[in-house]
Amino acid sequence: MSNDGGGETGGDHQLRVSKIRSGTVIDHVRGGQALNVLAILGIDGSEGEELSIGMNVPSDRLARKDIVKVEGRELSQDEVDVLSLIAPESTINIVRDYDVIEKHRVDRPELVEGVLSCPNSECITTGDEPVTSTFDVLEDGVRCAYCETIVRTGIASLIDT
Amino acid sequence: MRHDHLITSKQLSRADIETVLDRAAEIDADPSAVADRHANTLLGLLFFEPSTRTKMSFETAMKRLGGDVVDMGSIESSSVKKGETLADTVRVIEGYADALVLRHPRQGAATMASEFVDVPLLNAGDGAGHHPTQTMLDLYTIRENAGLDDLTIGIMGDLKYGRTVHSLAHALTNFDARQHFISPESLQLPREVVYDLHQSDDGPGIREHETLEEVLPSLDVLYVTRIQRERFPDESEYQKVAGEYQIDLETLEAAADDLTVMHPLPRVDEIAPEIDDTAHAAYFDQAHNGVPVRMALLDLLLADGGDLDE
Repeated sequence: MSNDGGGETGGDHQLRVSKIRSGTVIDHVRGGQALNVLAILGIDGSEGEELSIGMNVPSDRLARKDIVKVEGRELSQDEVDVLSLIAPESTINIVRDYDVIEKHRVDRPELVEGVLSCPNSECITTGDEPVTSTFDVLEDGVRCAYCETIVRTGIASLIDT
Repeated sequence: MRHDHLITSKQLSRADIETVLDRAAEIDADPSAVADRHANTLLGLLFFEPSTRTKMSFETAMKRLGGDVVDMGSIESSSVKKGETLADTVRVIEGYADALVLRHPRQGAATMASEFVDVPLLNAGDGAGHHPTQTMLDLYTIRENAGLDDLTIGIMGDLKYGRTVHSLAHALTNFDARQHFISPESLQLPREVVYDLHQSDDGPGIREHETLEEVLPSLDVLYVTRIQRERFPDESEYQKVAGEYQIDLETLEAAADDLTVMHPLPRVDEIAPEIDDTAHAAYFDQAHNGVPVRMALLDLLLADGGDLDE
């Protein structure tokens, strides 16, 4: 299996996002969400990660999609699952020596911890308490496990960066 | 089912609720039988918001069980003023007391605090969230006056910020109760509460209204809450709705003769004083019921780590 990084339409756009030797390719991310994907994974390049990002490239399935490639790091299942909150259609390719050795779709986790900030300013988690934000994942959104606020849209804006 | 803490009425089954109400009825009938039951027990009162009835009824309940209370006192004189976190406060007071009662202005405060303590913690109101011990005395009063099955209840007023309403609505889904919510559009139930009520398999459903008239004749119970003037950004907006949510004898002419009128108190002008002396008025009994109900809750939670199905 070749490491094509999700270049489903072929052609020169594959070249815009270089192949990686080993690591993770997150493909079929909804157009414009690539930076949020990195934020939700806590990847900001400060650890020296080698990143390649393609944004708004043509896609048969999504019309426009983003692609994120992380060199030298294989995402854990927990990390993959949390992507479902903002990139439910994404696929995850684990690459070793330029070959895709595993291909996953994301599954919605039951809860996410320490990833999102509660938008309710009256929630106990928004103060100075030593508490980790926790959200239960609903079919159509997320819910704060403390104040119970439900968020259905704009979840990416809650990412705790 | 075991409960180490009482955080929300959502955690309670019908059996849990009936256990508490039955115990409260036993205590109500013969308070002297439990006068020494919890001697040497200390209840820690942590009230980060003003409270009269809830705080005093917990204090009374603990003392009538033979125990005593330790009180954090006012916020101004406590370590909170120095910037201490709630998590630290409850961990310190846990060392002094056998159980804790917490009122706090932030939603989710009781949930968080319960994660830091091993002694039973009772939520006495967390912002606009929940107030489960109020709900238990509300249910006790409803059961005494109208029964809890085949019940039609109207809940009217500030449903958005009214934590007593949120807790009561959740608890009533355990019973065969038709719930009508009456409020101005701006003070409707939070969508989170509506979501939960619709998730409930047991309740026969809820309906929302803007006027009382359309449902009043069908009601067994009318639960009134104060429209919180301070919540309105514009005084004229408050004036538009305030009058519509007041009831007087003329209003009740359309009600059933055995309608029970309740209110968690304090009231301002939602219920005219002329109703106080009628058979409809249950709100002062409702307040008095806080003591036996909280005695029952404390008794059950303090017994062997808190098994409500004892």
